[in-house]
Amino acid sequence: MSFVIAGKKIGMTRVFSETNQSIPVTVIELFDNVVTQLRSAEKDGYTAVQVGYDEVKPRRSTMSMIAHDHKAGTTPKRHHSEFRIADTSEYTVGDSLGVDKLDGVHFVDVIGTSKGKGFQGGMKRHGFKGQQATHGVERKHRSPGSIAGHGSNAGKSGRPKKGKKMSGHMGDERVTMRSLDVIRVVADKNMVLVKGPVPGANGSVVLMRPAVRLYRSKAAKAAG
Amino acid sequence: MGRQQILEDINKDALKTDLPTLSIGDTINVHARIVEGEKERIQVFQGVLMCRRGRGINETITVRRIVDDIGVERTWPLHSPIIAKFEVVRRGDSRRAKLYFLRDRVGKSRRLRDRRRKMHHIAGEGTTQGRK
Repeated sequence: MSFVIAGKKIGMTRVFSETNQSIPVTVIELFDNVVTQLRSAEKDGYTAVQVGYDEVKPRRSTMSMIAHDHKAGTTPKRHHSEFRIADTSEYTVGDSLGVDKLDGVHFVDVIGTSKGKGFQGGMKRHGFKGQQATHGVERKHRSPGSIAGHGSNAGKSGRPKKGKKMSGHMGDERVTMRSLDVIRVVADKNMVLVKGPVPGANGSVVLMRPAVRLYRSKAAKAAG
Repeated sequence: MGRQQILEDINKDALKTDLPTLSIGDTINVHARIVEGEKERIQVFQGVLMCRRGRGINETITVRRIVDDIGVERTWPLHSPIIAKFEVVRRGDSRRAKLYFLRDRVGKSRRLRDRRRKMHHIAGEGTTQGRK
């Protein structure tokens, strides 16, 4: 895997392409991603790059974290995360990762935390069809139906199978949007415009990396 | 800079600055670019401006005309580069912001009065951004 950089979801708008089409875009403002530590095989048992991002007031941080960031020669950061990389030699502590890392990158994966939906039924959470509106169905139009039978393979020994899809808490989980088109990079503002929606509310932190794998149609586009 | 300002800043360049004053009820010509194969030509759609909705770059307009006794409504993003030009043909009088009642009107009652009232709000054609 290559690098991962963090940004803030600003919101959605539209841009018009050269062919006059309207393209829905999400604006992502990248943080100043500062390399705060390098993990090495000898010392840590794995190689990775640790970055800190999102400015924070010193009194909101702790002395140990402030010192950790200070060692990298930077101001206190709210979040720190690592990305695994086999060879860390091209990174040095104190480096700043910005939009220039995305030079020549046409597709990105964007990772965020989806909006919480609370406790939801099977229809919204898993796309169940529910029951009929009529034909004698009473008071259970949105119920999930049978969850097991005592003899069926769906739930042996008369109890529902482990992992059976049911109602429950939905959203507020890590979601990866794969292979989003990079529509525009605003270098002087450290901003990226990607096509389509991105998980999470406006203002939330999202992670971005070059697309790990492309869909067939996009791979053809990237090559051509 | 707040989030909303950042978005407006990004849209800034795409917004049209040369729009004429388009008020609801006006009869307007919309010059839309149409691409046929390699060639591009302009098609003019003339009708009554029925509805403006949205803000900023998301603003759209709906124009209604009658073709062979069949009502045709088209909606475009106001700032879309597909539209080469707007022209005001006639100022119509309207007391409401959405003229959906025109859909039920037949014959003469389809027409709107010329606007003579409140014209002083429009200081010179094509300069202001719209009737307040």
